[in-house]
Amino acid sequence: MIWIVSIAVLVMLAAAVAVMVLPNMVAAVAASSVVSLALAVLFALMKAPDVAMTEAAIGAGLSGLLLAMGLKRLGLWRLED
Amino acid sequence: MRNVSGLLFAGGLAFLLLVLASQLPYGHTAMTLGGAILAHAPGEVHTANIVAAVLLAYRGIDTLGELSILFTAAAGVGLILGHSSLRSNNVQQSEQAESGFITTRAVDLLMPLLIVVGFYIIFYGHVTPGGGFQGGVILAIAFFLPALVRPGNPIDHGLITLLEGLAGGGFILVGLWALWYDKPFLQPIFDSFLGTGPLGSLWSAGTLPLLYLAVGLKVGAELAGLLVTVVDVPDLSNENSDSNAVNKK
Repeated sequence: MIWIVSIAVLVMLAAAVAVMVLPNMVAAVAASSVVSLALAVLFALMKAPDVAMTEAAIGAGLSGLLLAMGLKRLGLWRLED
Repeated sequence: MRNVSGLLFAGGLAFLLLVLASQLPYGHTAMTLGGAILAHAPGEVHTANIVAAVLLAYRGIDTLGELSILFTAAAGVGLILGHSSLRSNNVQQSEQAESGFITTRAVDLLMPLLIVVGFYIIFYGHVTPGGGFQGGVILAIAFFLPALVRPGNPIDHGLITLLEGLAGGGFILVGLWALWYDKPFLQPIFDSFLGTGPLGSLWSAGTLPLLYLAVGLKVGAELAGLLVTVVDVPDLSNENSDSNAVNKK
């Protein structure tokens, strides 16, 4: 249990740092989805499945989609840099 | 002078926080409400999922407020991004070619599955974890994905508006229905048709499944409309480069 929680927290922190330091915008959006995904795992481990489902659907799915579409509209969608 | 005033502000804030912290009863249970709800909810509201009991029965008006917040946010996005100046070169947008074969077929296969999962999460929100908000998001994504891969035929905005209005009105009507039985607004009703089943079955929670269905349809319609509005906005980078070119000249 403690190991799964530690791994989830480490993944979350690493992804959160990656959002700031990654030069590629698309990769940063993907990393911000990973933060939400690891947070959803944490919520599920804390026996809050309702919150985990909301976090996975909204944080990892919908907000990532919105950010990606925003990048596309602003012309920042570049897969290689 | 600004440094001194900033220091005074920070010091005052720290003092206030210290006063608040010194009055907290450390080592005692902060609230006893959770235990009371856990003890009474299965007998009073007949829901196996206590979160649904809190969200729709004990705090139903808060959920109505959340729905209105979501409606205001979606209306604001529609007001800003749906402006006619942003839609002037929309013809070019709608003539975009559809996505590749793999993406299109994958979305065609995924859409029915997502619809089934979304409605399952909504209908069983009072039995298993989940509910209107989560299922609504999944429904919104299910109906948005085909519009994403086929820009030629987008979702009908009028239909979305109608569905959203019906769902929001339905939530309030179910709440008003309780007044008919001389009960407060949004109190769950248990009669011979609704809520006679045993704890944990689909027909077990009175009007709560109806409320969750209304919440799910409203959230799904709002988010689908929001995503379609965002996808309808034309590419702003071309306009920027055009204006840059004009400025350079």
